[in-house]
Amino acid sequence: MSAVGHYLEEEGIATTGISLVREHSEAMRPPRALWVPFMLGRPLGAPNAPAFQRDVLRAALELLERPRGPVLEDYPHEAPVPETDVVIADGEACPVNFGRAPQRAGAHPLAGRLAEEIAQLRPWRELGARRRGGSTFGVSGRTPEDAGAFVVAFLGETPPENDRPGQSLGQALKLAVDDLRAFYEEAAAAQPGEFGSEALMRWFYLETVAGEALLDLQRKARASDDESVRTVAERSLVPRAILNRPRA
Amino acid sequence: MARLADLAEWEREHLLHLRDQAPRFPTQPWVEGPPLARRRVALISTAGLHGRDDPPFTGNAGATEYRVIPSDVAAADLVMSHVSVNFDRTGFRRDADLVFPLSRLKELAAEGFVGSVADFHYSFMGAPFPPTRFEASARRLAGLLARDRVDAAVLVPV
Repeated sequence: MSAVGHYLEEEGIATTGISLVREHSEAMRPPRALWVPFMLGRPLGAPNAPAFQRDVLRAALELLERPRGPVLEDYPHEAPVPETDVVIADGEACPVNFGRAPQRAGAHPLAGRLAEEIAQLRPWRELGARRRGGSTFGVSGRTPEDAGAFVVAFLGETPPENDRPGQSLGQALKLAVDDLRAFYEEAAAAQPGEFGSEALMRWFYLETVAGEALLDLQRKARASDDESVRTVAERSLVPRAILNRPRA
Repeated sequence: MARLADLAEWEREHLLHLRDQAPRFPTQPWVEGPPLARRRVALISTAGLHGRDDPPFTGNAGATEYRVIPSDVAAADLVMSHVSVNFDRTGFRRDADLVFPLSRLKELAAEGFVGSVADFHYSFMGAPFPPTRFEASARRLAGLLARDRVDAAVLVPV
């Protein structure tokens, strides 16, 4: 981000910006940056907090009126935390009771359980999408069921065919995973209570069948013959916070 | 939260490694402009945002191109195809303005704090490293911003 600001300014466009990692802005010295003490992924502080977001944006814009630079200032307020933030206890959120899902011959053992989990979450996710007036689901061009089946197919003996011309197999996998996670997190967010981001991440990766599939895949796909799949498995399937979690 | 001292050691080391590897620019360009109340403002995100029907970011070596986000975009049509899984997305799923504050910018324009909102905004996918790889597309983007009469760009990372 600092580099983009540097080049735009060289081309005559005045820039200001938000900095999430102060040390990076100190090193790269963009023309104007407002450091904010918010978590990565939340540059304006908190969702559904318009007055707070407006104040952050106003503070970043005000740097344009400084007489000289580079300018790196600190935003003085912490992000508001919802009072209702709750932690998802093991097995508490999205109760999904798995019957014995019928297995197709040759299908991976996780395939049936994943399809059933998706079916049980679907009403919550549809409720969430109605409330929000839309959804962040949809980067892969697949339905949730297809995204799940595509991901699980990588756990089989032979990887699935790449059905997305113009994308590498690894990219097609990554986008299916993005959509799967969007589907699950939107479903969980629609349920009662306000779940914190870490609670949702831990729930998705450590409590769901989808997460179980991704942790399996993260290990297995690192040995894939396909370089794009190996790269995605190493970098983009499971967050470092999950891979580096303290183990009992 | 993004204070390094508050992060787990592995994450702190990762961010410090990026800092140490990041380029240092020999010059610090500085463009002046009119008062804020007369400026025309565009948003530039590095969150890998785009419209649902736009091609997703590829995550490979060619991933330094940008996507165009028109000012009349419906927030519910914005999706994210960033290659990294190491930042929070749950907030964006609830409220696109958390990452791309277009509604907030329009409010600031309506109250006269800034002059106007650009017709077009842009999003990169901020993963390619080192960030000097964005040079060509950033310089091209400057021409488009100038044609939109933008004299203030707000850079929003993720």
